[in-house]
Amino acid sequence: MSARGAGGWLKTYAVVYLAFLYGPVLLLPIFAFNDSTIISFPLKGFTTKWFEQLVNNPVLQGAVGNSLYVAISAASISTILGIFAARASARFDFPAKRGIMGFIMLPLVLPEIIIAVALLVILIQLGLDLSLSTVILGHVLVCTPFSIAILSSAFQNLDRSLEEASLDLGETRLGTFFRVTLPLVAPGVISSLLISFTISLDEFIIAFFLTGTEPTLPVYIWSQLRFTAKLPSVMALGFLLLVLSLVLLLAAEYFRRRAITRTGAQGAATGGLM
Amino acid sequence: MTETTTGPDSGRPIIELDRVEKRFGPVIALDGVSGGIRAGEFFSLLGPSGCGKTTLLRMIAGFDEPTSGSIMLDGKPMAGVPANHRPTNMVFQSYAIFPHLNVAENVAYGLKRLRLDKAEMNRRVTEALDMVDLAGYGERASHALSGGQRQRVALARALVLRPKVLLLDEPLSALDKKLREQMQVELRHLQRAVGITFILVTHDQEEALTMSDRIAVMFDGKIAQLASPEELYRRPVNRRVASFIGVMNFLEAQLVSGEGDQLSLDVAALGRVDVPRSQAPGGTNGGHISVGIRPEMLTILLEDSDRSPREVEGVISDANYYGDLTYYEVQLPGTEALATVTMRNTAGRRILREGMKARVGWSPEAIVVLE
Amino acid sequence: MSVIDAGVEIAGAKAKAPPIGWRRWLKTDSASGLILVSPTLLYALLLLAAPLLTVVVISFWTQDYLDFDRNLSLKNYIEAWTEPLYQLLMMRSLAISGAVTVATVLLAFPIAYYVSFYVPQQRKAMWLFLITIPFWTSYLLRVFLWKVILGYNGVLNSGLLGTGIIDEPLTFILYNANAVVLTLAHAWAPFAILPIFVALEKIDRSYLEAAEDLGDGPIRRFCRVTLPLAMPGVIAATLIVFIPTVGDYVTPKLVGGTDGLMIANMIQVQFGKANNAPLGAALAISAMFIVASIAVMIVWLNRRSMRGQS
Repeated sequence: MSARGAGGWLKTYAVVYLAFLYGPVLLLPIFAFNDSTIISFPLKGFTTKWFEQLVNNPVLQGAVGNSLYVAISAASISTILGIFAARASARFDFPAKRGIMGFIMLPLVLPEIIIAVALLVILIQLGLDLSLSTVILGHVLVCTPFSIAILSSAFQNLDRSLEEASLDLGETRLGTFFRVTLPLVAPGVISSLLISFTISLDEFIIAFFLTGTEPTLPVYIWSQLRFTAKLPSVMALGFLLLVLSLVLLLAAEYFRRRAITRTGAQGAATGGLM
Repeated sequence: MTETTTGPDSGRPIIELDRVEKRFGPVIALDGVSGGIRAGEFFSLLGPSGCGKTTLLRMIAGFDEPTSGSIMLDGKPMAGVPANHRPTNMVFQSYAIFPHLNVAENVAYGLKRLRLDKAEMNRRVTEALDMVDLAGYGERASHALSGGQRQRVALARALVLRPKVLLLDEPLSALDKKLREQMQVELRHLQRAVGITFILVTHDQEEALTMSDRIAVMFDGKIAQLASPEELYRRPVNRRVASFIGVMNFLEAQLVSGEGDQLSLDVAALGRVDVPRSQAPGGTNGGHISVGIRPEMLTILLEDSDRSPREVEGVISDANYYGDLTYYEVQLPGTEALATVTMRNTAGRRILREGMKARVGWSPEAIVVLE
Repeated sequence: MSVIDAGVEIAGAKAKAPPIGWRRWLKTDSASGLILVSPTLLYALLLLAAPLLTVVVISFWTQDYLDFDRNLSLKNYIEAWTEPLYQLLMMRSLAISGAVTVATVLLAFPIAYYVSFYVPQQRKAMWLFLITIPFWTSYLLRVFLWKVILGYNGVLNSGLLGTGIIDEPLTFILYNANAVVLTLAHAWAPFAILPIFVALEKIDRSYLEAAEDLGDGPIRRFCRVTLPLAMPGVIAATLIVFIPTVGDYVTPKLVGGTDGLMIANMIQVQFGKANNAPLGAALAISAMFIVASIAVMIVWLNRRSMRGQS
C-alpha cells in the first residue's frame, strides 16, 4: 500500500472515529427535544417541555447556583496559585525546584478517588464539616496543575528584558508586575480561569465525597439518574451544559487569538489550550 | 532643561570603576576592572563574546551587583542601589519595546511616576520622538514597527527621562549593514546634540572606532586597553588588542638594546630598526617581542622612481581586488608569515599578480612594538 | 600530598570563602523563587501531602462500626491483599484499565497519525478542536449517555430492532465489563490522541525523506523511523490513560452492573455504608502502589529498550 493509498484509508478511519466520538454527544440535542419519557428510537415528536421542567425546578437551580459559586471560587484561587507557581518556575532556579513542581503537579496523575478519599479523611480527622467550601478546596487542588501548565508557557514566552526595561525606566517591582507582566500574561490568565471554571463545573467525584447538604450540579445530576422519569430533563440539562461549555471554549480561544494579534506574538499551531 | 557638559574632555569621571569583580560560582566574569568614564563622552566597551562587557554594563545599570569592588556614579557609590533608582537608562539588545503599548505609551512609560500633567507629558513625548526622527509615530502599534524604528523608540523612551548616562547593549547588531552604518552616524549626532554620556557595548570594532571618543577593549574580564580610537589603532598595547582592532601584520623581533628613549630592534625581514620608546605602548618585558605594522602603512613601490624611507624586496603570493582597494599578500624574506599590503586602486595604477616581485616600502614611524 | 593534607587544604579553602549573609541570600534567585512558589507549595502540602499521609496512617488503624482503634496493625492490608473479593476487584480493575489503555491507544494512533501527516498545517488546529469538543461535556453525562445507548430499551437496541437487524434486544452490551471498557475508551480518547500527536509533530520530516532516499518503503519507514520516534508520545498516552482509569468510579457504577465493578467502587463503599475507613484507606494505598509500580515498570522498560537501540 503506497503512502497515498494509506491516506484514503486513514481519512475514512478518521471520519468513522469522529462519528464514534460525537455519537453519544449528539444524542443530547436529539432527545432533549424528543416528546417521550423513554430514551430510545423511534422519535416521538418535538417538545420543549423538558426545558420547562428544568426552569421550574428550585432544587436544580440551587445546584446550579452552588456549582457556579464553587467554580468561580475554585477558578480564581487556582489561577492565583498558578500565577505564583508558574512565575516562580519560569523565572527562577531554586533548590529542589523539580521536586517541588513535580509535587504540586501530582494531582494530574493521581486517580481522583484517591484525592477525594484523602481530603475526606483529613477533614473528618480535623472535625470539619463538609460544605461547598470543602468542595472548593478539593477543586483548587485539582485545577491548580492545569493553571500552572497554561501559565508556565505564558510566563516563559515573556521576554525577560521587558521587565528589566520597566525597572530601568524607574518603575518598582510591583509596578512592573501590574504594568508589564500581568497585561502580557493576561491571555494565559483568562485561559486558566476559563479552563479551571469548566473543570470545576464538571467535576463529580470530589464533589460527591466532599459535599455537605448543598449539592453541586454533577452531584444533583447523579441523584436524578436513578429516576427514569427524570431522564429526559437530564438530557435537556446536558444539552444546555454542552452549549455552555462550547461557548466558554470558544470564548477562551477568541481571547487567546485576540491577545496574540494585539501583542504580535506567534501562537503554536496546536493552540494555547493544547 | 538638559544637563549640558562642554564635551568629552571636560570634568571629572561620571562613572568610576574600582577593581570591579564578578563571579558566577566558579566562573570569573569580571576580573578586577578599573577605570573612569568622563561626563559627556561617547564611550564604548569593545570585546569578543564572553569578555564581560555586557556584565559590566548591566552592573552599571544596576541589574547585577559586583562580587567585590565598587561602582561610583556621579560621585555617589552605587552599591545596593537597584536599577530603578539609578540615573541611568538602557537601550536593550532586543529593544524591549512593550508589545501591549503603542509608541507614545512606550515613550511615556517612565514619565508616569513623575506625575506630570497631560500637556507636559505629551510635550516631552513629542520632543523625544522628534529627536529620534519618529515625529508623528505616536499612535503606531508596537508590532507594526521595523527593527530600526523599534530601536529609535527605545532610544526615545530612555532619553525622555534625561538620564545622566545612557547605556546601549549592542543596539545595532540586529540591523542590516546599510541601516547599521546609517544608525552609527545618527547615534553619534544624537549624543552630541543631547550632550550626555553614552556607554555602548559592542563586539564590532568598526562600530566602536566610528562612534566613540574613547574605547575600553576587554578580554577575559579585564580591560586590556582604554584609549581613543586613534590611540588604539596606532598604538595597541599588545598583540591581542592589535589583532582585534583592524588588520595587523606581525613580525617577530628581538630587542637589541633599550637605552633611554630609544629602542633598537632586530626585526624579521625588515632588519635593524630604531624607534622611540613611545612606539612601544605596552612596554618591553624581556627581549622577545613582536612588531606590528598596519597594511595601509606598507606600500608597493610600483615604479622604479618610487621611493620610501625603507624598503624590502618580496614576492606577491596573492592579490585580492576589492573595487576601491587591492589587498596583496606578500612573501617577505626571512619570515614565513605573509604580509598584507593594501593599495588604493587609483587611476592608472597597475595591479600586480601572483608570482611577481615587488618592492615593499615602509617607515619606522609606522611600527608599533608589542609584547 | 597525602589524602589528609589534601582534605585539610580543601577545608581551609572552603573556610576562607566569605559566608553569604542572610540579607544577601534573600536577594538571590533561589530565595525569590522559593518565596514566590511558597503559597502554592503550602497549599499542596496542607491539602495533598497531609491528607495523603493521613490516609497512610489511617490504613494502619482499625475501625469497628464507629470506634477507631488507633493501635497500628497490618490487619487491613492483610485483608486487602488476601481476601478473594478484593483480589478479584483489583485484578479486574487492572484488566479493565489494561484493555481500555490498549484499545484507546491503538485506536488513537491512526487518527493522530492522520492529522499529523495528512492534514495541511493550517487545518490541524481545527481538527484537534473538533476532536476535543465532545469532551467539553460533563463526563458524568457522557457515561450516562452510554448507559442510554447500550440499555435494553436503549438507543442502540431500539435502532437495531427498528431496522430489523436483530429480533431481540442485545443484553451483553450493558451492565458488565465490556460496557465499562467501551465507555472508558470513549472518555479517554482525546487524552491518548494529543500526546501521540505532539510526538508525531516533533518528528523531523527530513528523517523520513532520508529513509525513503535510502530505499525504505512506506511500511519500513514507519516501523524504523516514525514508530520509534513517536514512542515517547505513545508511552505518555499509555500512562495518561492507564493511571486514572484504574481508579475510576463513575463508569463502573453506572454501566458496570455487578460484573463490571472496580476497586474505586469498593473503596467508596468502605468509606460509606460499610463504615470501615481504615480498610478503604488500605485498599486505596494498595491500589495506588500497584498502579505506581506498573507505571514505573512501563517507563523503565521503555528506557531499556531505547538504550538498546542507541
